[in-house]
Amino acid sequence: MPIITMREAIRQAMDEEMSRDENVILMGEEVAQYNGAYKVSQGLYDKYGEERVIDTPITESGFAGVGIGAAMAGLRPIVEFMTFNFALQAFDQIVNNAAKMRYMSGGQFKVPIVFRGPNGPAEYLASQHSQATQTFFAHVPGLKVVAPATPYDAKGLLKTAIRDDNPVIFLEGELMYSWEGEVPEEEYTIEFGKADIKREGKDVTIITYSKPLKVVLESAKELEKDGIDVEVLDLRSIRPLDEETILNSVKKTNRCVIVDESWPFVSVASHIGWLISNKTFDYLDAPVELVTNEDVPMPYNHKLELAAQPSVDKIIKAVKKVLYI
Amino acid sequence: MKDLKNYDTKLLKDLLFKMLLIRRFEEKAAQAYGLKKIGGFLHLYIGEEAVAVGSISNLDMTKDYVAAAYRDHGHALATGLDPNSLMAELYGKITGCSKGKGGSMHFFDYKKHFFGGNGIVGAQIPVATGIGLKIKYNKEDGVVLCYFGDGAIHQGAFHESLNLAKIWNLPVVYICENNHYGMGTDYRRVSAIDDFSIMADSYAMNGKQVNGMNVLEVYEATKEAIEIAKNGTPVLLEAKTYRFKGHSMSDPAKYRTKEELEKYKQKDPIISFKELLKENNIISEEDFLEMDKQCKKIAKDAAKFAEESPEPDLDELYTDIYA
Ligand SMILES: Cc1ncc(C[n+]2csc(CCOP(=O)(O)OP(=O)(O)O)c2C)c(N)n1
Repeated sequence: MPIITMREAIRQAMDEEMSRDENVILMGEEVAQYNGAYKVSQGLYDKYGEERVIDTPITESGFAGVGIGAAMAGLRPIVEFMTFNFALQAFDQIVNNAAKMRYMSGGQFKVPIVFRGPNGPAEYLASQHSQATQTFFAHVPGLKVVAPATPYDAKGLLKTAIRDDNPVIFLEGELMYSWEGEVPEEEYTIEFGKADIKREGKDVTIITYSKPLKVVLESAKELEKDGIDVEVLDLRSIRPLDEETILNSVKKTNRCVIVDESWPFVSVASHIGWLISNKTFDYLDAPVELVTNEDVPMPYNHKLELAAQPSVDKIIKAVKKVLYI
Repeated sequence: MKDLKNYDTKLLKDLLFKMLLIRRFEEKAAQAYGLKKIGGFLHLYIGEEAVAVGSISNLDMTKDYVAAAYRDHGHALATGLDPNSLMAELYGKITGCSKGKGGSMHFFDYKKHFFGGNGIVGAQIPVATGIGLKIKYNKEDGVVLCYFGDGAIHQGAFHESLNLAKIWNLPVVYICENNHYGMGTDYRRVSAIDDFSIMADSYAMNGKQVNGMNVLEVYEATKEAIEIAKNGTPVLLEAKTYRFKGHSMSDPAKYRTKEELEKYKQKDPIISFKELLKENNIISEEDFLEMDKQCKKIAKDAAKFAEESPEPDLDELYTDIYA
């Protein structure tokens, strides 16, 4: 199987879907002539032309709304945010228009749009440019939220997102674009709402998604040296959430740590923590632990920046805590 | 523009000095970035110095205010912030103007009326307008200069702010620094018009286009604008300028031609102003070299200060979240 980068996997997904369906268009800042600020859309402008790969001014609220209108009227736009930090300017359009249009029109409209782009902590960028936004979006009924951790998952999930008739928030870890992984040449899609066990284990479940999967797998390896057998569950999609796989894994291991690089307060992590305590209370041998970003805006200073995020150390500590060692 | 004889020579030399200081400071910063002592985005202002210096030189920072975006080194230095604290901020040190928590895009100095530093395109425009509201509310004698790029002018925040500033008669001068590109996008590709100053008409304000490569022209236009703004009508200035470097250190700037860049380098605001001062016998080449030496020393000392400054303690992670 070819080994490609996350960037290439996402590009392939868009390319294949654009050639399959001419209603699919891509728009955003620098996506066309510049080939994308992070070069994700490399070559698409040359291939599909300016009618389908569209550079916009820096008007997040405006172009997100335009995408929503076009989707309501029959196109299938992919709207790239240069990073999800700037999607906050479009938050009103995404929440009040994209997410609710179907409901408040009594089911008349479909809003088949994908909002995608880099998300999550980056490096040395300080608080406005380095934050995980998934919890904001996951809060909203009417949106689907996915966050792949491997090139394989990214490609399969993005193809599903583009074919979905609902607004999908597709989150790509800003520091993940050059990560590599196997991606088959033949066509495939990955259904939303299916978590993936990235590592089988019997002693403790670590639940994560997106970029932290890497530190979680490293932690699992470290813990293996101490004879601790970790199961790693990658959510892949946050909304819909694969409750069944989560609960089954916890029922098997009886212990759980959730690793999430967003803030802890009313977050994806805290929701899952509640879900587990509510549905598998009798199976738990220890309270669920969270390892999240510290509850602070991201500092610029690198030492503090690293200290703010989940790390192998913090994960190992949390695992040992739920194991009472 | 007035005859040079009508200017105080101290002012003229000061304008040149400040532009040069910005240039040398940023060259030093770029060098430190190359050595990985500074991380993240570093958006240099090189080429655009005349805009910040020409406009801010009109201000009295005990009464007036400045708000800028992420390309803020020039504005901060022109405002009189300590180069040491700015360089230390780039290094992420506790001695930095934002305690190492902000970095290049987030220079702040509350006491010196420098309100950013903002990484979100256009986000400082309503903030600056709010400062104007405070000045008006307290019946103070002050003005706000608000800087943003050609890329920011299409944001709703800009249009909403101008309307509010006009209906409330706020003392704000909005200065669009049109350096021709928003990242890789030529402003003509994303703008319905190519003279931004006419946008002022939509809000019944004064609008004016100025040559942003000419520090005196910026100085005069801003002086006039401040007068008008203080009398209750906000102003929009569009300063036509050019950035000599890429959008940030990671941008090779392939979207523009070498010829275009060369054309603007011929109009270097520092060199051309120096020549003007020399022609008028206000400075000699030796004076200039001496000035340059001083600026280089300030930049070098700032880097030394930054390097020798301590990192923030780990505890700083949890400070400054709430007042
Ligand atoms: C709301 C928002 N969208 C996108 C970005 C990413 N971005 C940073 S700078 C920039 C270009 C801005 O150009 P301009 O306003 O002309 O200022 P210049 O860099 O030329 O000084 C973009 C798109 C951002 N920081 N904020």
